[in-house]
Amino acid sequence: MNAPLAGYNFAYLDEATKRMLRRTILKAVAVPGHQIPFGAREMPLPYGWGTGGIQVTAAILGPADTLKVIDQGADDTTNAISIRRFFTRVAGVATTERTEEATIIQTRHRIPEAALREDQILVYQVPQPEPLSKLEPRRAETKRLHALADYGLMHVRLYEDIARLGHIAKAYDYPVMVNGRYLMSPSPIPAFDNPKMHRMAALQLFGAGREKRIYAIPPYTEVRSLDFEDHPFRPIRAPQACALCGSRESYLDEVITDDRGGRVFVCSDTDYCGTRVAAQKGVA
Amino acid sequence: MTGALLTAEGLDLHFGAIPALVDVAIGVAEGEVVAIVGESGSGKTTLLRVLSGQMAPDAGTVRWLGQDVHAMGEAARRRLMRTDWGFVHQNPRDGLRLNVSAGGNVGERLMAVGARHYGNIRAQALEWLAKVEVDAARIDDLPRTFSGGMQQRLQIARTLVTRPRLVFMDEPTGGLDVSVQARLLDLIRGLSRELGLSVLIVTHDIAAARLLADRILVMRRGRVVEQGLTDRVLDDPQHPYTQLLVSSVLAA
Repeated sequence: MNAPLAGYNFAYLDEATKRMLRRTILKAVAVPGHQIPFGAREMPLPYGWGTGGIQVTAAILGPADTLKVIDQGADDTTNAISIRRFFTRVAGVATTERTEEATIIQTRHRIPEAALREDQILVYQVPQPEPLSKLEPRRAETKRLHALADYGLMHVRLYEDIARLGHIAKAYDYPVMVNGRYLMSPSPIPAFDNPKMHRMAALQLFGAGREKRIYAIPPYTEVRSLDFEDHPFRPIRAPQACALCGSRESYLDEVITDDRGGRVFVCSDTDYCGTRVAAQKGVA
Repeated sequence: MTGALLTAEGLDLHFGAIPALVDVAIGVAEGEVVAIVGESGSGKTTLLRVLSGQMAPDAGTVRWLGQDVHAMGEAARRRLMRTDWGFVHQNPRDGLRLNVSAGGNVGERLMAVGARHYGNIRAQALEWLAKVEVDAARIDDLPRTFSGGMQQRLQIARTLVTRPRLVFMDEPTGGLDVSVQARLLDLIRGLSRELGLSVLIVTHDIAAARLLADRILVMRRGRVVEQGLTDRVLDDPQHPYTQLLVSSVLAA
C-alpha cells in the first residue's frame, strides 16, 4: 500500500526490541496462560490505549500482513482508527475492516463474532494481566500462588458473589483456567466471549504495556471459565435482537438515542453487523 | 515413640547471640493434646513456627509421619498446611480474611482442596458455624463486624473444616476476657475429643493447659526444662522453674 514513513524502522520498533518481544512471545506460547515479563517500550500513545497490544502487533507484523483493529468490537472508533493509521504509516501494511480478510487482529475488549482460522492471530490489549490482583495485592505472593497452582482464593471471590447476589456477578474479565494449569485474565472481554477462547484455531497473544507482561494461548488449547458445579458458567447477553441486522446470537451494545429514554440495541461487532445487513439487502 | 504423628529431635535455633531453641525434642501422638508453657521470650512461639515448617531450624529435624518437614518442597508443605494441618493464630485477624464473609472464610480451605459445589460448601460452612456457636444468620456478614471471641471461634471453624489431624494453636485465648476464654477452651476441648484431633497448643496460661492438655512441656530460655503428663507436672513439679511457674498462678 503506502510507502512507510522515512526515518522509521519497519513497524516503528527497532529490530533488537522486536527480537526481545518475539523471544517473550515464544516463551509465552510454550507455557500457555503464564505471564512472561518483558521490557515494554514507550509508545507514541498513552498507557491504557493499547501500548501492550501495539508492541505485540509490531513484533509479529510482516509486510504481507493485513491488519484489522477493533475497539469494543467496532472498527470505526478513535482508538481503532488511530492504531490502524499508525501501522499504515510506519509499516505500510494493508488494513481491513473485514474479519475474514485479516491475518492479524488487534482487539480491545472483544473477540470477533466470526470464527477465526489457523492462519490468523488475535492480539489482545490488556490493562491488568494478573487475575488475582484484586484479591492479593502483593506481586511476589501472586507469583507464588501461580507457581503452586493455589487458586482457592479465586473461588472464594466467586463464592462471595453467589452468597451476596445469588449468581456470579463478573460480567467481563471473567477468570479462566488455561490448559488445566494457569489461572488467566482474558482481558476485559465480556464473559459472553469466553467460550470462543476454548480450542480456538487462531493463536491468541496478550500484551500488557504498563504492567510489562505478555501471555498467550496456542491454537486449540483448552480454556475453561471458573465456576461451581451447581452454579455453572453462563455467558451473559442482552435478550434483545440487533436493531440493524436482527441478530439474536451476537453480543449487543445498548445505545442511547435521545434524552427521552430512547435506546436501541445493536451488534458490538460492526463488521459482523454490516456483513449481515449487506446480505439482507442483496436478497431483498 | 510409637504412634507419633509429629516428632522433632535436636532442634537448635539462635537469633544472633540469643538462643531461641536449644536441643529441643518433642513428639505428638494421634489424638493427643500437648501444651507448651513458659514465660514470654522462652521460645514457645518459635518452636511452634519451626514445627509447623514456617521457620527452618539451625540444626535438628522435624518429621511428619516419618517425612522431613523442612526437606519437602514448599508446594508439599503448603498442601500439608491446608489438609492434614491447621494453624490457629493468636490474633484472629492474622488467620481470617476480614473482607470475605464468614461463610467464605470457612469455605476457603474446602475450595483450596478442590471443592467445587456451592451448595455443599455452604452446607458445611453452616454446620461448622453451628459447631462453634456462631449464629447461622451471620454467615454472610464480614468478620470485622464480629466480636473478638466470635472471630476466634470463626478462625477455629475455618481451620477445622477440612478435618486436619494436627492443629497448631498459638495462644488462642490471648486477648479475650475471662468468661469468653472459658467458653473457647471448652469448645476446643469438646471439638478435639469429638474429632480425635491432635493439638499442639502454646500458652502462658497454666489453667488453660491443665484444662486441655494430656501432656505439658515447660520451656525456659529455649530449653525444655520439664515435660510429662499434665497432672504430674502441675501437681508435682520437679524443676525449680516449674515450681515457680505453678506457684505463681493466682487462685480466684
